[in-house]
Amino acid sequence: MSERDQEVNLRHRLSGLSRLPLLRGTRVQGEAARLERQLERLKADTTDEAIWRSVELARHPERPYTLDYVSRILEDWVELHGDRGRADDGALVTGLGRLDGRTVALVGHQKGRDVKERLDRQFGMAYPEGYVKAMRVMEIAERFGFPLLSLVDTPGAYPGVAAEQHGQGGAIARSQAAMARLTVPTVACIIGEGGSGGAVAIAVADRVLMQENAIYSVITPEGCAAILWRDAGEAKKAAAAFKPDALHCLDLGVVDAVVAEPEGGAQNDHGEAARLLKAALVESLEELEDTPGEELRRRRRAKFRGMGVFA
Amino acid sequence: MSEARIDVQVEHRHAPPPAEGKHPNTCPKCGSHYRDDELEAALWVCRHCGHHYPMRARARIAWYADEGSFVEEAADVRSEDPLDFFDLRPYAERLAEAELNTGLGEAVVIGQAAIGGHPVELSVMDFTFMGGSMGSAVGEKFSRACDSALERGVPLVSVTSSGGARMQEGILSLMQLPKTVCAVEELHDARIPMITVMAHPTTAGVLASFASLGDVTIAEPGALIAFTGPRVVQQTTREKLPDDFGLAEQNLRFGHVDAIVPRPEQLDYLLRVLRLFS
Repeated sequence: MSERDQEVNLRHRLSGLSRLPLLRGTRVQGEAARLERQLERLKADTTDEAIWRSVELARHPERPYTLDYVSRILEDWVELHGDRGRADDGALVTGLGRLDGRTVALVGHQKGRDVKERLDRQFGMAYPEGYVKAMRVMEIAERFGFPLLSLVDTPGAYPGVAAEQHGQGGAIARSQAAMARLTVPTVACIIGEGGSGGAVAIAVADRVLMQENAIYSVITPEGCAAILWRDAGEAKKAAAAFKPDALHCLDLGVVDAVVAEPEGGAQNDHGEAARLLKAALVESLEELEDTPGEELRRRRRAKFRGMGVFA
Repeated sequence: MSEARIDVQVEHRHAPPPAEGKHPNTCPKCGSHYRDDELEAALWVCRHCGHHYPMRARARIAWYADEGSFVEEAADVRSEDPLDFFDLRPYAERLAEAELNTGLGEAVVIGQAAIGGHPVELSVMDFTFMGGSMGSAVGEKFSRACDSALERGVPLVSVTSSGGARMQEGILSLMQLPKTVCAVEELHDARIPMITVMAHPTTAGVLASFASLGDVTIAEPGALIAFTGPRVVQQTTREKLPDDFGLAEQNLRFGHVDAIVPRPEQLDYLLRVLRLFS
């Protein structure tokens, strides 16, 4: 595509954005100025520098994690622990809570805030046990008709000896399959790092949202650089090449909507970030709740079957 | 071979690729050397040590399928370059080179066939095409193989050999995981059996999607079957790796595959399973 075509394409999409406001949190609040600012930012933000800024903000140590959102978004939260087989994986939290009066099931990756918690939660990298725990809660959601929310924030699935021995690949495959079978409404949001198989394992949802400064990618920029450039130090170049930022994911049809963040990024105001996320989650659920379960499943599978660009 | 392949062979502890300058027909395990026709007659298995050489997709199809039964499908599906991806070389150039070098349009070949008189759908990956990596075209072709099996009500026999998702297609290559998983779910719902044969290597995105969802799953001896390969595990965690880390044998011990079936016994095994499901 020529540069000119790309610009036309971008303008076309941005006009679509203002018509259907895909920055959902913004529409809910009716803050035209904020929308305008974000559109301006998105329009300007196709530079390599801007993509790298997304990578940095997505990994910001003060960025809100799953449990930060849970405490602000859900009432009556009950965390459910353990996979009933081997372990309770701290890198993936699951539970039940109430969102605007309805009971929902929630699964989400969890990073740690201090050194001890980071180690306890393996930096948000789940073992197969984490995905088995998630599948257990998906089953509960299906049995009782609870909508499923999923918050994605992981550099990737844990790359260790035990994780492999316990079947990391199979667990990720089966977790996706479990989500593809559900007949309850499902909404996922990438809230930080959407890293590879470990992320998509819990992101096969009817609506996939992505926060403005989150990233979603097939491999970490460092991993891609190490393989293709033979130098992990070329991460910036790799990120510019595979474009993990929200705008490009929206453009490629991988996510359905971008969720606005507070000025400067979610780390600056956890309360505001949670308010915007909650509005987007509620709005997405309301769009889905009247559709019969079988139809939700059919559409969900059709959506993912349609992904890709080929000749 | 393209530099872009996800180079899992080099991290395989027990069957390193032939060293620079060594002939590809020389067994990397025991050093035995074979003529092309000897290897072909032996299904590319070393008759001294049992090492399984890589097997090309077309050769495997010719071996599995009853003579004249194979009808290729979706042969014209090709990858595009949605990101204008450029690392050390443009992705478009790597694709053209892979097609030229392998004679294949993509890293998977699909089509209708019969095995011992049983009609089946075949999906066979080829590692020599960009490391068998899965981009949009591979995801689409595998999904169409599922559609074809479903339409005709015949089992799907899927042979995997892949370094994982194709990084040059960015996030769209990751989306091939849920795409192929959804395709397999349709088979499961319709009670169409899927038999998976994991060849060396079956790793990362392919293991974490359709490869792991077979009703019956077998592995070839010595195949690397891992979500994360030994080199990355070692570098990231500094853990001491067991000798058979990630190999088919370890996967059998930990319960991830139903059996390890050497090539000379594979057709009999497949036939037995096909009879049970027919």
